[in-house]
Amino acid sequence: MAIPKFERLTSRAVPLPTQNIDTDQIIPARFLKATERQGFGDNLFCDWRSEPDFPLNRFSGRILVAGHNFGCGSSREHAAWALVDYGFQVVVSSFFADIFRGNALNCGLLPVQVSERFLAEMFDAIDADPASEFIVDLEAQTIMILPTGASERFEIDAYKKKCLLGGLDDVDYLVSLMPEIEQYESNI
Amino acid sequence: MPKTLIDKIWDAHTVRTEEGGRTVLYIDRQYIHEVTSPVAFAGLASRGFRVARPAQVTATADHNIPTENQHLPISEAESRTQVETLERNCAAHGIELFGIGHPRQGIVHIIGPEQGLTLPGMTVICGDSHTSTHGALGAVAFGVGTSEVEMALASQCIIQSKPLSMRISVNGPLAPGVEAKDVILYIISRISASGGTGHFIEFAGNTIRSMSMEGRLTLCNMAIECGARGGIVAPDEVTFKYLGRTDPQWLELFSDPDAVFDKEYSFDAADIPPMITWGTNPGTGIAIDGHVPANADPKALNYMGFSAGQKLLGTPVDYVFVGSCTNGRIEDLRLFAELVRGRRKAPGVVAWIVPGSKLVERQAREEGLEQILNEAGFELRQPGCSACLAMNADKVPAGKLCVSTSNRNFEGRQGPGSRTLLSGVTVAAAAALNGKITDPRDVFKQKS
Repeated sequence: MAIPKFERLTSRAVPLPTQNIDTDQIIPARFLKATERQGFGDNLFCDWRSEPDFPLNRFSGRILVAGHNFGCGSSREHAAWALVDYGFQVVVSSFFADIFRGNALNCGLLPVQVSERFLAEMFDAIDADPASEFIVDLEAQTIMILPTGASERFEIDAYKKKCLLGGLDDVDYLVSLMPEIEQYESNI
Repeated sequence: MPKTLIDKIWDAHTVRTEEGGRTVLYIDRQYIHEVTSPVAFAGLASRGFRVARPAQVTATADHNIPTENQHLPISEAESRTQVETLERNCAAHGIELFGIGHPRQGIVHIIGPEQGLTLPGMTVICGDSHTSTHGALGAVAFGVGTSEVEMALASQCIIQSKPLSMRISVNGPLAPGVEAKDVILYIISRISASGGTGHFIEFAGNTIRSMSMEGRLTLCNMAIECGARGGIVAPDEVTFKYLGRTDPQWLELFSDPDAVFDKEYSFDAADIPPMITWGTNPGTGIAIDGHVPANADPKALNYMGFSAGQKLLGTPVDYVFVGSCTNGRIEDLRLFAELVRGRRKAPGVVAWIVPGSKLVERQAREEGLEQILNEAGFELRQPGCSACLAMNADKVPAGKLCVSTSNRNFEGRQGPGSRTLLSGVTVAAAAALNGKITDPRDVFKQKS
C-alpha cells in the first residue's frame, strides 16, 4: 500500500479561484458509499461540474490551484482520493484545512501552500495562457511559474517529505515501532 | 515549564518524536463507523496485519442508515454493503459493534460520551471530523482520515504534528433563550470558518463552567467548524457527575495558571443572541434579527437566494431538522419538547426529529417527550446521522430551505441543491411552529 513517489512535476494547472472549498464540494457525501478507494475521480466536484464553465471542463493539468482554506469541513479522505483518482498530483492554495492537508500527504497528493501574492500570480499566468506550465520540485521545496520564472519556496514537514520522496506510508513504519509502543503501554 | 491542558495530555501520549517534530501519538480509544473504515480494513488485510488493540476500538453504524423501519433490511444496496462490511470486519477482529437494532446504537459522538467510553485525559480519534465533540469530557479528541484509521488499527498510534494552542474564554450569564449552539455559532462568526486552523481550542470562562455536559458537547462538536483540530473543556464537577465517578488523576487535568497559549480570544456572554447562518459556511452566523452582511459573498448569496443587507426574519421555511452529533442529545429533545408543548407544527413544514442514539430515543419515550411531540404534530424518528449529511433517504430537496440544528451549511450538504440555515434548538422550534424564520424571543416570551 505504498504511496506513489513524488520528486518533481512539470505540468499545466487547473485554476479554481474559490475560497473555503469544503470536502463536501470536492466529493459530495452521497458518493461515499464505496468500500474501495478507487473510482472517486468520476464524481470529483460533481455538483459544480455540471456547469460547462466549471474549470475542470475547460482546463487540464496535474496541478489544482485553489483559493484560501481549501479542504475545510468533513475529514473524508475520499476528497483526497478523488483528486488523485482524477489525476491531480499537486494542490496549490494559500491555506489548507488541517485534516485535508494530512489526508493529502497520506495518499501521495502534495499540498503546496504559497503566499496570497504568488497564488494570484499563478492565476494570472493561467489567465494569460491556459497552457502555462509550473514546476514543483519537492526536494528543493520550490514551485516555479515557467512563463515568468517567478518562484517560491514552500514548507513541508521533514518526515512527510521523506515519505513522499521514498513512496513510503506510515502504517508499515508504525508497525515496525510495535516494540517501542508496547514499551510505552507497559509504562502507563 | 507551565503547560496547557492539551500539552499535558499530548505529552503523556507521546511515544516518540520524529525528525521535524511529528509525534508518534498513542491513541487510547478509536471509534469507527461504516463509511470511513472499510478501506482501512482492506489496507490492513492487504498487508496481512491484524487489529492491534481491538478492545480499544468501538464501532457503530450511523452515517448512512435509515431513520425509520430500522428493523427491516436496508433497502439501499450500497449503504447495506457498507454496514455489512463493518459487521464483517468487527466480527473478524473482535471489535465491539453497536449495529442497527442494538440497544446502544447511535451516532458515534453521542454514544461514546453517553456510555462512558470517552474519559478525561484520553486521546480519542475517529474517521469523522466531529470527533472534536469528545473534548467536552477533557479528552484530546480529533477527526482523522482513513489512512490514520488504518494506522491506529494496526499500531494504536498515529503520526501527527502537535497543534498550536488557543484559548477561547466566555464569561457572564447567557441571555434567556440562548443556548450552547448559539455560543459556538457566535464564536465561529467572530473568528471565521478558518480562524482556528492549526490550533486546538480550550474553552474556558464561567459561561462554559456553567454549561451542562450536553452543552459542552455541542460547543466542542463545532470546534472543527472554525478549522480547529479540536476543542476541550477542563474536567470539573459537571464532568464527574455526568460520568458518575471521578479519578484522582483527572484532578490534574487543567491548564497551569501561567501557561501561555499561542492565541487567546475572550467574549462576553451578554453579547450573544440567538443565532442563525445565512450562507454556505458555518462562519456566516448572524443574530436571528440581524441582517445579511452588506459585503456578503455573491456566490453564497446566489446559492441561498438571499440578498446583501436583507433580514432573514419572516423567510418561509420548508424543512426543520433537529438532531445530529451537534444537537441530538436528550437535553436537546427535552428543550424542543418543552417549547412545542401545547402548540402545533406549521402545516407546510416537514420536520425531522432524530434522536442521537437508541438510549436517547428510549429516554425520550420514557420521559413522555415523544407524546408531547406527537401531540404537537411531530414524530420521533430512529437514531442516525440523518439529514446532517443526507447519506440516507433524509434529503432536503433542491431549492428547499431547511433550518437545521446540525453543524454544516455547505452547498448540497443536506441533499443536492438544498439550502441550510444552521441554528440551535430554540430557533429551530420557533421556525417549525411558525413556518418561517422567527425570533424565538417573540414566540416563547412567557417561557423565558
